Amino acid sequence: MASKEVTSTDEFVKGLWRDNPVFVQVLGMCPALAVSNTAMNALAMGLATTFVLLMSGLSVSLLRGFIPREARIVCYICIIATFVTSVDYLIMALSLELHRALGAFIALIVVNCLILGRAEAFASKNKPGRALLDGLGMGVGFTVALLFIGVVREILGSGSIFGFAVFPDSFQTWTVMVLPSGGFFAMALWLLIVNRIKKKEAETEKAEATA
Amino acid sequence: MNTPELQPQTSAMSMYRAIVGIGAMCALVIVVVFQSTAARIRDNQERFLAAAISEVLPVTEETIAVDVGENGQLEKTSASLPLPVFLAYGSNGDLVGAVLTAEGMGYQDNIRVLYAYSFEKQAIVGFKILDSKETPGLGDRVEIEPHFIANFEALDARLNSSGDSLNNAIVTVKQGEKTDPWQIDGITGATITSEALGNILNDSANGWLPILERDAISIDREATP
Repeated sequence: MASKEVTSTDEFVKGLWRDNPVFVQVLGMCPALAVSNTAMNALAMGLATTFVLLMSGLSVSLLRGFIPREARIVCYICIIATFVTSVDYLIMALSLELHRALGAFIALIVVNCLILGRAEAFASKNKPGRALLDGLGMGVGFTVALLFIGVVREILGSGSIFGFAVFPDSFQTWTVMVLPSGGFFAMALWLLIVNRIKKKEAETEKAEATA
Repeated sequence: MNTPELQPQTSAMSMYRAIVGIGAMCALVIVVVFQSTAARIRDNQERFLAAAISEVLPVTEETIAVDVGENGQLEKTSASLPLPVFLAYGSNGDLVGAVLTAEGMGYQDNIRVLYAYSFEKQAIVGFKILDSKETPGLGDRVEIEPHFIANFEALDARLNSSGDSLNNAIVTVKQGEKTDPWQIDGITGATITSEALGNILNDSANGWLPILERDAISIDREATP
């Protein structure tokens, strides 16, 4: 049976919806739940992770003929840690306030299983162009997912979006939403919505195939 | 019977070459990024500290960093200290106060603060948290709760008659139970953080204010450190 050819667009788009790292693969939960207490923190963490995904994917793909199978994990971690350290310096150079807000979670991007997962499952087996597209798609998908969680938590937990108040002063904020448990509530809400849409899609496809 | 297909073993030299080679390349990337961002990071840190000093003591026009010398006397310094202390001068060149950094353990991690001391009022007249990892929504309310911030508009820090320590220890009391000007009105729900801040200020003020009160006026701000 001839398999459908995977286009460059597919490589990018799959991370946005079909294989979204947060809502479908449920990877990288530590930063997704811990740093999504405000929309700005979620956006910054998403962009930092995207940068590391892109650069580590490109490096692993370029060096895939040079890295022996037995030593691949230590090499991938070394490459990922290098770009995390770089992004840490870059954020400090960009804004100390932002660096302060993201706290220890920038360093923890090293152990985000999403990045190691893409290096092992995709970048090490594909050409640099495809590895870049995959990294970009997964990174944007991760950033959007974190933003979705962050927006809900900030609106309910602080009564604002990106620091701009959306409710009158009389609004009683839900403190629980900015606490770690609020991350689980927001995550569960989005998983419910995403799974519902995916179920509908699957039913429609099945109905069309039958017809 | 099917036998599992054995993959050829990679030689030790190949693995050694790959690990050392990638390690060296990674080290090079980190050095390049560090070197190219170091100046900007230092500028950001200086700008951040200068903005924080203006925030805690708005009348400040100029500051000089000071430290205690080997003879136990206060002297001007150009060294980069982990917890710098500054003398602040107003627009007419008068000594208007001191701005001090202090650090101590909070609920989650170390809290680093900046506070302003007024020689005229003998009180802490400004306060800002520089670095903290306290619990969002609970401990971090010390940065936004208006009644807590109001503690530092004039927190009594006068010295005893011999001038070698605070006359009254700075302490944090339960929310709504503040009766004296040297007490900090705490926050219910951020008890440990607000008590930690009281301890940080008390320890720092006890160590520094006697020296500053004794020597600050005699510091020549034009002198080369």
